Amino acid sequence: MAIITQNASPDLPPPSSDIGLKGWLKQNLFSNALNSAITIMLLIALLAMLIPLVRWAFIDADWLGTTREDCTSGGACWVFVSVHFNQFMYGLYPATEYWRINLAGFILVLTLLALMIRGVPGKKYITLFALLIFPIIVFYLFAGGRFGLEPVETSLWGGLSLTLVLAIVGIVASLPLGILLALGRRSDMPIVRAVCVAFIEIWRGVPLITVLFMASVMLPLFLPEGMNFDKLIRALVGIVLFQSAYMAEVIRGGLQAIPKGQYEAAQALGLSYWQSMYKVILPQALKLVIPGIVNTFISLFKDTTLVMIIGLFDLLGIIQAAFSNPDWLGYSIEGYAFAALVFWIFCFGMSRYSQSVERKLNTGY
Amino acid sequence: MADNKATDSSDMSSQSASPSPAKPPFWNDPDKRALIFQVVLLAGLFLLFAFLFNNTLSNLDKRGINTGFGFLSNTAGFGISQTLIAYDETSSFGRTFLVGLTNTLLVAALAIVAATLLGFLVGVGRLSKNWLLSKVTLVYIETFRNIPLLLQIVFWYMAIIPLLPMPRNSHSLAEAFFLNRRGLEMPAPVTEAGFNLTLWAVAAAILAIIGLKRWAKIRQDKTGQIFPVFWTSVAILIGLPLLVFLLTGRPLHWDLPALKGFNFNGGLTIIPELAALWLALTIYTAAFIAEIVRSGIQSVIKGQIEAAASLGLRPRRTLQLVVIPQAMRVIIPQLTSQYLNIVKNSSLAVAIAYPDLVAVFAGTTLNQTGQAVEIIFMTMLVYLSISLLISLFMNWYNRRMALIER
Repeated sequence: MAIITQNASPDLPPPSSDIGLKGWLKQNLFSNALNSAITIMLLIALLAMLIPLVRWAFIDADWLGTTREDCTSGGACWVFVSVHFNQFMYGLYPATEYWRINLAGFILVLTLLALMIRGVPGKKYITLFALLIFPIIVFYLFAGGRFGLEPVETSLWGGLSLTLVLAIVGIVASLPLGILLALGRRSDMPIVRAVCVAFIEIWRGVPLITVLFMASVMLPLFLPEGMNFDKLIRALVGIVLFQSAYMAEVIRGGLQAIPKGQYEAAQALGLSYWQSMYKVILPQALKLVIPGIVNTFISLFKDTTLVMIIGLFDLLGIIQAAFSNPDWLGYSIEGYAFAALVFWIFCFGMSRYSQSVERKLNTGY
Repeated sequence: MADNKATDSSDMSSQSASPSPAKPPFWNDPDKRALIFQVVLLAGLFLLFAFLFNNTLSNLDKRGINTGFGFLSNTAGFGISQTLIAYDETSSFGRTFLVGLTNTLLVAALAIVAATLLGFLVGVGRLSKNWLLSKVTLVYIETFRNIPLLLQIVFWYMAIIPLLPMPRNSHSLAEAFFLNRRGLEMPAPVTEAGFNLTLWAVAAAILAIIGLKRWAKIRQDKTGQIFPVFWTSVAILIGLPLLVFLLTGRPLHWDLPALKGFNFNGGLTIIPELAALWLALTIYTAAFIAEIVRSGIQSVIKGQIEAAASLGLRPRRTLQLVVIPQAMRVIIPQLTSQYLNIVKNSSLAVAIAYPDLVAVFAGTTLNQTGQAVEIIFMTMLVYLSISLLISLFMNWYNRRMALIER
């Protein structure tokens, strides 16, 4: 007398405490006593920090105005930033010539977009343009003195545009040097290897600030009399030498990741050393190390703030100069917050890009 | 015919003269080419250095600067705001080098300890099942590692510390700790005769712990019984020195800071430069260490934990014997390179005039003497030796920890 049903009775729905918002809260925030305690303490701490911060930065803040007298409500005085905005971007560059920096920035953005978006044809030529021709264009746009452009001394360069110039020149110029050093470090010739190892390890072993000191104090001593660079070039020499050592280590990582069979196959085809490097090894190795190069670019970008110490006015330097001005004394927090935001946007964006490239290159295994 | 024969015979004769295939010209012989290339490289480097050396000598000569390290014994004549070793204005320039070096090592050591603690906490929090904790730590990491360290240092020093009250209105804790814009005042320990015995007791406790560990391992190998080494060690390390300290009549008292006029007297002061540098280095580096810790723990594949569980290990033993040792293999190399970064980054002290090696020696001393070459050389040598020491340690550690595969 068994009762047999053909159809299984439907599953009961999960208890209401396990689904929806309630379930999510229970699982992720209040799963046990310890977790609940952590959640509550964090919530209290966050509220205690965020409420005054939001009040200061947004609700009580002053946004409009032209002088410090317009900052009356006791919150952040963003007037300080908006008044100095052009200075923070262009430094002391003459205002009538801003278009030159804007044009250079526009070409930079176009080139980068063309390089980053998949499916754009002729990437090889765009890369060559970015590495070889673009720096020349930028140099003449910034410095002027040719093609009817008014010359602008490097001591007037500053702000975010100087930061970008330092970082981009540092990375582009250190790339070929880094490739040579990385190849030299893996060379069979003992003296070449020793020289490259010594160069790389010495630069990697000392802090950038001592390198900048050396470039600004000792470089004039090293060179024959009459031959003198301005401060910006000296800083750039230091940055490039320093950066090329780090670049070499990144590229060496890529060279090591190429299987030995590739080297042997190139040799078996009768390619000379340079041919096999240029046609077989480096195209593969450099593609592998794009994330690594972006990461060194991020740290270089952050390190460019150090030029402030040897008296150049990069973004951080010019902001400090602005709030040291007696008219605007006491707005250091607003200035630093703005600088931090700009640096953060650049660095965070680049690190996200490098992660996406990494995921794309990671073909899985 | 005759002509042909003649050429043939001449060919024959040339072949018999050299039976092996004709030698390539020397510029196509890889070995010789490598030799020539290296000789040229060496000669080029030598010429470059000779050129630089020559220029430097003639430039120094023109500016009337004597070369050599004789200046190190001259009187410095300037004060330094924080000195760990005896120093006053009559001390020599050589002494400023030592003062700067000890100050660099002090801030680096403080930052290494604090950043490691904070970094491990944040890294473990990142992996927490608590959604809020994991997101808060993520925001912390992504915020602070993407803002330049120098910006963070000057932010704490120039924007936050001036917000603190003047010494007279200090924030105080239990009338022993005072926080104001001149720094953090703390009680200073003053040792009396007989305190040495307590220090000896610490050394004895450490020796005892090493012995205990050996004994426990031997016992476990023999009998399989596990001895609670960790808690016993803690008890020995705290108990033995404490016992000696009490038995010798507590030979230590605290010198409390006290407000005298506009400033504090007595006690121990953390100067604001040190506080700002320490805070910034800690917060910045901890963000990197947290990522290292997270990736290290995640690198231990799940199968390892399941295997440990199926062997019957309890979760705590699994953590102790399986997860941590394997995670440390990934963590330690990257951690040491972060420590090296802390030492190098501490040179940013120069921006806020914390008297470290670069600020005092490569800054003030260089400006006073003009001996740029010697001073920069000595400064770089210090950092180079530190990084050499750390990389030697790394190589030793990697050798010890290398996986021995079948």
